[in-house]
Amino acid sequence: MFIVPIVYAAYLSFFQDKLVGGNTFVGLANYGKLFQDTQFWDGVGRVVRFTLVQVPLMLILSMALALALDSLRLHGAKFLRVTIFLPYAVPAIVSTLMWGFLLGIKYGLFGSLNEALGTDFNPFAPDTTLISIGVVVTWAFTGFNMLIFYAALKAVPRELYEAAAIDGANELQIVRAIKLPALRGSLVVTVIFSIIGTFQMFNEPQILPSMVANSGVTTFYTPNLYAYNLAFTGSQQGYAATLALVMAAITVAVAYAVQIRGLRNASDH
Amino acid sequence: MRRTTSRPGEAGKTSGRGGRLHTVGNPRKSTTLTVMTSLFTLYCLLPLVWLAINATKSQADFVSSFGLAPGREFALWDNIVEVFRYQDGIFSRWLLNTVLYVVVGATVSTFLAALGGYALAKLDFTGKRVFLLVVLGSISVPGIALAIPQFLLFAQLGMTDTPWAVLIPSFINPFGLYLMWVFTAEAVPTGLLEAAKIDGAGEFRTFLQIALPLLAPASVTVLLFSFVSIWNNYFLPLIMLKDPNWYPLTVGINQWNKLGSTAGNGALVQNLVITSSLLTIVPLIIAFLGLQRYWQSGLSLGAVKG
Repeated sequence: MFIVPIVYAAYLSFFQDKLVGGNTFVGLANYGKLFQDTQFWDGVGRVVRFTLVQVPLMLILSMALALALDSLRLHGAKFLRVTIFLPYAVPAIVSTLMWGFLLGIKYGLFGSLNEALGTDFNPFAPDTTLISIGVVVTWAFTGFNMLIFYAALKAVPRELYEAAAIDGANELQIVRAIKLPALRGSLVVTVIFSIIGTFQMFNEPQILPSMVANSGVTTFYTPNLYAYNLAFTGSQQGYAATLALVMAAITVAVAYAVQIRGLRNASDH
Repeated sequence: MRRTTSRPGEAGKTSGRGGRLHTVGNPRKSTTLTVMTSLFTLYCLLPLVWLAINATKSQADFVSSFGLAPGREFALWDNIVEVFRYQDGIFSRWLLNTVLYVVVGATVSTFLAALGGYALAKLDFTGKRVFLLVVLGSISVPGIALAIPQFLLFAQLGMTDTPWAVLIPSFINPFGLYLMWVFTAEAVPTGLLEAAKIDGAGEFRTFLQIALPLLAPASVTVLLFSFVSIWNNYFLPLIMLKDPNWYPLTVGINQWNKLGSTAGNGALVQNLVITSSLLTIVPLIIAFLGLQRYWQSGLSLGAVKG
């Protein structure tokens, strides 16, 4: 189920469905076309920009929350932990619907806000849609990443903190000298998961246009959405297979690079 | 372990939080920290609260009233009844489909992950290294990237638009297999397996009766993750299924949602979209709250080797 579809997709990527002559062997033409396809690179650029901004923000937040929970200084820590993790249980379709309604100007809070203040701010204008999607994705996955960090912190023996405190270290020093290094391994894992997630982004931009009009989401907004539209509305299956393969290759390469870098940094310590 | 981190960004961030704390080794509850964390919790709860409030409104109230305020009438029960009646009660069909995909998919994928993890950790067989490479490789190839190739393959085999098209891809769970592999290596003593084999148990029986019970804690975690990912899966059923009778809840809800945007002649059933969304997440939230300790233990399992 892993190798067979990939081999089959690789086979399909050498074919094009032509009006005259049907499905014909075209060699590497699909790959050549893809590398010159500005719509494809527009989508790639968008997910890369999204990854560069949203992933660091989300992971810093997750890490800060995990450290706060692990500090044992919170009132109602268990309740807070469960609540922060809760959005992970919500399917992307429901989270996009909720945020689409909430942030939308038609029925949502921003509609009421604009009415009250006399402004016309629209979170789903073409310029701001990507930020709104970032709000949705951050909402959905911060808790999941927080839990990975939290589990790693829980694995640190408490005696280490006591020993450090006896040596006169304050809480800040303990965080920097013990807790942050202990998070290194899980940081690599979360970065890889997050990159894979955003590079494959599909649900939110696919669902949004049915929620809000003129959000600026195009049929090639993300590479995956483009592949979907090519395969299902454009019936260019060979080309869609090519795109899926190239995108998978890019994702694996980036994830692998992060892993190598993460491991090398870890061995420095 | 003693050296400080070389990343000023992260250190700066946490020092911002830590700096406001009392610096005694013995932890004392901090109101500032609690308030700051609670602010984030508000962000987490806001959409869910909004959903719960608006599931109690009639369509007319939904359009006219403020999002976080209750409507003029309490229509939750009416909405639920209407969700189950709309389009000849197709919602119950979607619910049953989802349960079918989740129960069969999660059970089979967890069993296969345990079997594969056990084989990798405890057995020697030809091609083990190649197999291992494929498993590690497939963890980093995201499921969505595989979905389109899988669809093209299933279309070729004439299997799209059947439950198998959703079930078979969900049986494969590389991350679960990895977790099981790590866990088997640590929790299942090889000596015990050898003893069973000396007593005459076959390979498969040894796995079923000796190893599988020892793998129970890890199995629960893998089962939970499969449960959530299959229950929430949208992309795979979206591309594999055309017949609404086989839709899971996620695809079905989006179909209702799209009814409204079909310009002009569409029926606005946002109250049903919202109520069905609420009904969809309630079982998951219960599973989360009830089984939360398994989530954390599973993740720390992965963190040990990860």
